[in-house]
Amino acid sequence: MNEISGSAIQFTNVTLGYDRRPAVHHLSGAFAAGSLTAVVGPNGAGKSTLLKGIVGALRPLDGQISLGEKARIAYLPQAAAIDQSFPIAVEDLVAMGLWRRTGVLGGISKADRHRIADAISAVGLEGFEDRALSTLSGGQMQRALFARLLLQDAPVILLDEPFTAIDSKTARDLLDLVQRWHTEKRTVIAVLHDMTIVKEVFPEALLIARGPVAWGPTQDVLTPENLLIARRMIEAHSPDAHECTRAA
Amino acid sequence: MMYDFLIAPFVEFDFMRRALVGALALSLGAGPIGVFLMLRRMSLVGDAMAHAILPGAAIGYLFAGLSLGFMTMGGLIAGFVVALLAGFVTRVTVLKEDASLASFYLLSLAGGVTIVSLKGSNVDLLHVLFGSVLALDDPTLILLAGSATVTLVFLALIYRPLVLECVDPGYLRSVSKSGALVHLGFLVVVVLNLVAGFHALGTLLAVGLIMLPAIAARFWTENVGGMIGVATLIGIVSSAAGILVSYHAGLPTGPTIILAAGSLYILSIILGARNGLLWPALPRRHLEA
Repeated sequence: MNEISGSAIQFTNVTLGYDRRPAVHHLSGAFAAGSLTAVVGPNGAGKSTLLKGIVGALRPLDGQISLGEKARIAYLPQAAAIDQSFPIAVEDLVAMGLWRRTGVLGGISKADRHRIADAISAVGLEGFEDRALSTLSGGQMQRALFARLLLQDAPVILLDEPFTAIDSKTARDLLDLVQRWHTEKRTVIAVLHDMTIVKEVFPEALLIARGPVAWGPTQDVLTPENLLIARRMIEAHSPDAHECTRAA
Repeated sequence: MMYDFLIAPFVEFDFMRRALVGALALSLGAGPIGVFLMLRRMSLVGDAMAHAILPGAAIGYLFAGLSLGFMTMGGLIAGFVVALLAGFVTRVTVLKEDASLASFYLLSLAGGVTIVSLKGSNVDLLHVLFGSVLALDDPTLILLAGSATVTLVFLALIYRPLVLECVDPGYLRSVSKSGALVHLGFLVVVVLNLVAGFHALGTLLAVGLIMLPAIAARFWTENVGGMIGVATLIGIVSSAAGILVSYHAGLPTGPTIILAAGSLYILSIILGARNGLLWPALPRRHLEA
């Protein structure tokens, strides 16, 4: 892993949204390279939208998101976005993590096969290689997706609600991987709902509620006052809002 | 006896051999196309696109009579225009793909019928609707074989992103910009197969040879590659069986091919090794935990 100095992802007055309806307003700041940050906030706060903006699936309505020089991103979407009924095997899903090397047509070498096997065993799914995705439980599916992340070997890792609806043993195992990535100086950004996990494991937090509320060390961000402000910001939001005139 | 039933008609008649070759070529392209349509929950898209190309083919007929080139071009153009417009509207508005596709194919169909009636020509729409599998000439056979070749090569090239776009489109977007292109390319080969298919089976029945084998294959295997193989095999068997049965029983060939595929589909629902209806109904012990 090459260490990247400075910030991995920089926001300059970024507004993100769909169909000219912003979901995240006027965000400025940076995720430092090698930082481990939890993105928290009420439902509808724009957390997933933020990740989509970083990964480039959504273009900012305003402002700019700049990625560090080597900011290759591995992205884990919400489980709901994946069609588990599609008939492919665990091994094939995990192998897609090699996309950067194989591209559309590249073959999978013997060394790659070993790396796939290693990733599968690192997430505790030995013996599941040939199982169809439809036969996996929620937790097993999430383990498979983490194996794919391992193969992507990216300096920046985005996780969208990675521990939702999985048992605590699985969550623990996967959190160990997240911490390992942190010690490897990767930049990890995770959308989370479980505040206990955030406080225990994540040194940094970004609290958003359609706009930034607080960003910094977790204990300074997750104060009762800030959480109350965030909830009020969501409740006060009107779907018929006027055009935003706030200056950059 | 077996020889008389299975082999003799093909030895004896040139048109039977041509029908068989044409239907086999069609099955080769149709298998994988159908499997991906089904897995992408687009089983009805084939039907919509078949309606969309119909007016194009009819307009081609108006200009040049029963000309392979003109009708093919007309069908391709109408199909591509509908696919592109529907894709565009889906991306820039709130409409889902099924809604925008429905709108455009209906417009295409109505527009085509209007143009035909304005010209006051008595178009032989029966050919377009139901094809003429027993009257395939050389250029048509070449078109069918060419379409199958292009389809198989193209699908092999986009196989990986196509699968990924079905399973996990968000991930594909994060590693590659090919998603939209792959989707569009896929629709293009769907149109190509339908246009090639309408000369043999007609626009509407061509969909049958694409969808029925694919849906039946779902009951035999749990992986995409296997499913494509089984679907192609079912398509081939249905084609041969349909042609033979129609010959011996004096039935129209196109519909008989589709009915043969339909029979295999019903058999698969009941007997299929994966999720067939019969197996859970039989008494048997469960495995140890």
